[in-house]
Amino acid sequence: MISETMVELSRWQFAATSLYHFLFVPLTLGLSWLIVAMEIIYVRSGNALYRDMVRFWGKIFGINFALGVATGITLEFEFGTNWSNYSHYVGDIFGAPLAFEGLMAFFLESTFIGLFFTGWNRFSKKGHLAVTILTALGSNLSAMWILIANAWMQYPEFSQFSPEHMRMEMTDWWGLVFSPVAQVKFIHTLCAGYVVGGMFVIGVSAWYMLKDRCLEFAKRSMTIGIVFTFCALGAGGLSGDQAGLEITAHQPAKLAAMEAEYETQEAPASWAAIAIPDEEKMQRRFSIDVPWLFGLLATHSLDTKVPGLIDIVSRNEDRVRSGAQALAALSKIRSGSATNEDRAAFEEHRKDLGYGMLLERYSKNPQAPADDEIRAAARGSVPSVWVSFYSFRAMIGLMGLIGLLAALAAFFHWYKKDLLKRRWLLKILVLAIALPYLASEAGWLLAEVGRQPWAIQDVLPTFAATSTLSTTDVAISLGLFVAIYTVLLVIMATLMVRTVRKGPELSPDPRKIIRAGEANA
Amino acid sequence: MLDYDTLKVIWWVLIGVLLIGFALTSGTDMAVSVLSLRAGRSLKERGAILSTIAPHWDGNQVWLITAGGAIFAAWPEIYSAAFSGLYWAMLLLLFTIWMRPLAFDYRSHIQSERWQKGWDVALFIGSLVPMLICGVAFGNLLEGLPFWQDADLRWHYEGSFLTALLPLLNPFALLCGLVSVLMLLTQGSLWIAMRTGEPIASRGLKWSPRLAVAALVLFGICGIWAWSFDALGLVSRAPEDSFNLITAKQVESVSHGLFANYISHPATMAVPALAVLAILAGAFHALRGRAARAFVENAVGIACIIATPAVALFPFLMPSSRDPASSLTVWDATSSQLTLTIMMFAVVIFVPLALGYTIFAYRRMWRRASPDDANAH
Repeated sequence: MISETMVELSRWQFAATSLYHFLFVPLTLGLSWLIVAMEIIYVRSGNALYRDMVRFWGKIFGINFALGVATGITLEFEFGTNWSNYSHYVGDIFGAPLAFEGLMAFFLESTFIGLFFTGWNRFSKKGHLAVTILTALGSNLSAMWILIANAWMQYPEFSQFSPEHMRMEMTDWWGLVFSPVAQVKFIHTLCAGYVVGGMFVIGVSAWYMLKDRCLEFAKRSMTIGIVFTFCALGAGGLSGDQAGLEITAHQPAKLAAMEAEYETQEAPASWAAIAIPDEEKMQRRFSIDVPWLFGLLATHSLDTKVPGLIDIVSRNEDRVRSGAQALAALSKIRSGSATNEDRAAFEEHRKDLGYGMLLERYSKNPQAPADDEIRAAARGSVPSVWVSFYSFRAMIGLMGLIGLLAALAAFFHWYKKDLLKRRWLLKILVLAIALPYLASEAGWLLAEVGRQPWAIQDVLPTFAATSTLSTTDVAISLGLFVAIYTVLLVIMATLMVRTVRKGPELSPDPRKIIRAGEANA
Repeated sequence: MLDYDTLKVIWWVLIGVLLIGFALTSGTDMAVSVLSLRAGRSLKERGAILSTIAPHWDGNQVWLITAGGAIFAAWPEIYSAAFSGLYWAMLLLLFTIWMRPLAFDYRSHIQSERWQKGWDVALFIGSLVPMLICGVAFGNLLEGLPFWQDADLRWHYEGSFLTALLPLLNPFALLCGLVSVLMLLTQGSLWIAMRTGEPIASRGLKWSPRLAVAALVLFGICGIWAWSFDALGLVSRAPEDSFNLITAKQVESVSHGLFANYISHPATMAVPALAVLAILAGAFHALRGRAARAFVENAVGIACIIATPAVALFPFLMPSSRDPASSLTVWDATSSQLTLTIMMFAVVIFVPLALGYTIFAYRRMWRRASPDDANAH
């Protein structure tokens, strides 16, 4: 029997390793295009300063990228090592986008990033720019495939359960690829990455301004960073709104949890800015509400109700009951003793099979559960309100704050033209490097915790997805992951800080124009 | 759509191609990393050697990631059973492979001897251990692994932590691991001979024939040793309407079973024979100073050495020593026909494309590195 502790440890390990990996991904996504922008200016103007910018930010990119590569392999491995029943159950459909990621994106990104660093004197200016663009394209494409895979975990259409293999099998490849959930997730995640990249460039440039070093370099980097951050914030907001609509359509429990909506409100529902949820009693102990806002955000209308958790749980009781019947019919089918009636019963209830599996945690006999077991399973079919509610607010709150800071920076940098003198703002901008990281992690937390207790929404409960490892195995590996990852993070951060302190290597004549035919290096 | 069985065989070939691609690209740069500690007598010389693989190691490593992804998509049962069963071996591979991106990128950022030497050691471990583990894995596949599938179709594996890990390090498997290390070191030394200036190049050239002969001798011993094994034979596949598509098959124990395919289809003996001939030819040409030619021949040899156990096991992929019926074969480890079809097109289109720009990258960066232009990036 699978122990609860082992399941918990496996979840912690995956959460820790994926949140850790996601410390490096957003900067890779964002900085890659920032570098492309700088290099385009370099190629068009020939101004050596922009080449120095590409080199310097490229170095930062590389330090970050190396750890991103290392920790990305971890996640691929973990699906097999720690979530082997997941791999068995959904590999037929989930493995495909992962393989595509390697074939189409990683090869591109990884082949050209080597040339980006080492190929300066082997390529013409335009040739090197092409290399940089292909690297950026590869890294962004890899995000696309990973998010297609993740979107399917949130919205598992395009597949069907196979009783022979006891697994989900793909039925519609193009549906999977062009899943509406995948599209908004892709754009939204890219935007988060671009904000991280933009604010990173702003923050480091602000630090140089504070130290009164390489000002020309810092000012121009600041300009590019601000433009980039604004575009990304705008697109991020719009795609976030679309992502919200997808959640409304496909994951009502996640939506209700992230808004701490227990009772179904009359339309248009009010939006709680702050709330103290009581998860036991399923009610808010306290909240500050903004009328109409939630209804408007979640449905883009004034007359559509958004179901609350209490209604969702009571509706899920029916699904659990139906799931129990699906389990019973399936077991007869698989033992070969099924009558036509059993087969019909399975067809009728198969869509709720996941809810039957959910019962396995609450009932000794999930094919014929008692009423209180059904209630317990339904009660356990929705995510944690605390985590969902506050990770959502952290994400939007921090992004709002970032918008404000970027606006202030833009105002003093372009309009007043005295950003250099606003030391208080420069100091805040340096610290603000951390904000989009926190916002991105919060967004990721919301996406994944909001889907619980499911690994695949309504299809495969997380506790049923693990490997049959011993608790000792996972406890030791979790300890090793934490220990080694901490060391690696310290090394990486030290090197990053050192590189920034050392500063860019600027050409002796910063205004030098490099003409076509002249050496790139 | 292609017939399901044909697809399954095609996928056996495709996964083989991806794994061989991994060995020939990443395996070579791992070997170069290991050899750089001996072939590069100073930090500068070492830097020169590493600068020949610095542009390529990352692209090379994608062969592993892609092979992993392809196994996930095409052989989900292997992904599930092997990765979880071989938990500690996989994590050991992972923990060591982490060192590579960091070492390659971080080494040149700080010009301090301690810093660079530290990363050289990390790179050494991060390269040697994966080379060894991959060979050890093949050895264990030939011997069979103690895993089984239960009635809920979940995979189990005998032992936990050390009791699961240590039995993998048995003498036969370690010997296979050594074959893997030696054949790749041969390839790496030829790379050094091709891509560096003197005096480094001649060191590589000098070592490669010795390494090649050592690899062949151990390969031969593995073959003789494997003759004594009983291996599984597939009597009949699970009936198609069965609900236990894996465990309902009939298998039997066959003495000298690993040679059954070679005996019943003598043409397949061309694979190990070509392995021996190609490696010998490589050693011969290395002795005559023709590194590039030897490099290609040795690469063919490596591909055939990897194919040899695969052909011996066919149709088995992962035989179980504990519950033979739970063994995974080409016929029952796969995903659905639709997924196999889509992913086959993906591989057929994108692997040649990736090969194309990989070759472009190699050609563009093709110079002999001398110690003076170390740390070029």
